[in-house]
Amino acid sequence: MPVARDAHSKETLDTIDEFEREPVPPDEVKGFKSFLGMVAGEHIAGTEFVIGPLFVLHGAGARDVFLGLLVGNLLATLSWTLVCAPIAVKTRLTIFFQLERISGFSLVSIYNAVNALLFCVSASAMIGVSSSAIGVLLGLPTPGLTDLLPPGPVWVASVAVIGLVMAVVATYGFDRVSRFANVFAPWMPLIFLTGAIAALPGLGVTSVADFWPAAREKIWTGVPQAGQTKYGFWHVMIFAWLCNSAMHIGLTDMSIYRYARKASYGLASAAGMFIGHYMAWVASGILCAVALAQGNVNPSPGEIAHGSVGLAGVICVLVAGWTTANPTIYRAGLAIQGLLPRFKRWKLTMIVGLTATVLACFPAIVSRLDQFLGIYALVGIPIGAIVLVDVSLFRRLGLTPNLASVTGSRFNVAVALAWVGAIAVGYGLFRYTGADFFFFMALPGWFVAAFLYLLASVILQRRRPAPALREEAA
Amino acid sequence: MRMSLKMVSWLGLVLTLLPSLFVFGGVLSLDTFKNLVLGGSVLWLATAPFWINQDRSRES
Repeated sequence: MPVARDAHSKETLDTIDEFEREPVPPDEVKGFKSFLGMVAGEHIAGTEFVIGPLFVLHGAGARDVFLGLLVGNLLATLSWTLVCAPIAVKTRLTIFFQLERISGFSLVSIYNAVNALLFCVSASAMIGVSSSAIGVLLGLPTPGLTDLLPPGPVWVASVAVIGLVMAVVATYGFDRVSRFANVFAPWMPLIFLTGAIAALPGLGVTSVADFWPAAREKIWTGVPQAGQTKYGFWHVMIFAWLCNSAMHIGLTDMSIYRYARKASYGLASAAGMFIGHYMAWVASGILCAVALAQGNVNPSPGEIAHGSVGLAGVICVLVAGWTTANPTIYRAGLAIQGLLPRFKRWKLTMIVGLTATVLACFPAIVSRLDQFLGIYALVGIPIGAIVLVDVSLFRRLGLTPNLASVTGSRFNVAVALAWVGAIAVGYGLFRYTGADFFFFMALPGWFVAAFLYLLASVILQRRRPAPALREEAA
Repeated sequence: MRMSLKMVSWLGLVLTLLPSLFVFGGVLSLDTFKNLVLGGSVLWLATAPFWINQDRSRES
């Protein structure tokens, strides 16, 4: 019996077809509500128990938080709706395969490797957050939000078990990940909301009129904790807009939105943004302020949730990390498959999940999450600008799109110049201006990549005109 | 049966959110709130998997 069951499981996994190297066929596209469940579940995550508290620890003011999150989340929603979803619906391809057609196999392999690494680190943060919940459940010492090293071998063992389970679930692909997220999507935001409302009396708020004075004086005080840099409106706004920039203007969410019936389904991201990245960040900030007021100067996500919501809060932290880690590990599996197309995606996903689990053993992944996401944006999003320009502008400008697939090239020099140039300019600006946040340089990098790619393509394609190829591409 | 399951699920969500308003109003202790939220969560998580994905499949 076990042999038969194993054989059946392997067959099931091998035959999962996720259309990694072909357009999603019309009969496979999904409706709006399917996206709502997926996106809402993804953006109401364990990391919200980290980011909300980070604004508190970094001394953001109450006005900075409420206004910055409003503007930033609006811009993020527009980025999905106006940039990512239209390109995904137009091509019906993953960014990895689309980029391979533009840049050639060698260059997309580098991008896939970089992306897989970034996804791995991202997923490991989520595994770390979930593990803090298990730590609280089992009474183990859990690392706080400013710790860098694991507190002991038992912590490492609990991370290993949680990461392994997450990796196995992620191997089953989009549908199973979506079904898993669907169950928790309506419940998780309520845990954030209910916890924050119930925690308010602990900060002296017993009426609606008490809220704003307490928000300014006891939660988002404008004074950073010792050793933390100061965050203001621009930090909060740019973070809210660009923390998922690799997904929207970086176009990695083409993997998801290529299943959308219409490009307007990008608006589904508003659910994730305003519930997950507005309400949940505000709520977790309130919960963190309560923990600080109770004398816990370095709380873990699990402790923050447990203190105000009890066991249900701990379960929420556990599954919130899980529902975000799942699609992230899935995306990383897709990225690696672009690199190693002969390997089954589920096997690669499992390897990615295990790698993320190893990284999750180091709490620095969680405590430096804001800076990591900034680097992620700086490195990842220039490729989105390149693909956008190629898909949207090249034909209109008389340039040959998908040059690598047309010419059979394995390395499109224009893409390499634009990508490396954008990262170099972004990092150079970061050093030159002495900015304290990589995010501030990610957006200039995106525009630099678009400009450099267009410029390099014009020069290179005019030096070696290929009218026949252009006709073929048309 | 399906409708009954859904009603229990939604009751679980109500039980997850509503007690916090009573804590805010000063008529419920934090410990009782935590127990009620846990009960509501168990109701939701035990019943929603039996209907939520079938509903989503029909919608897509």
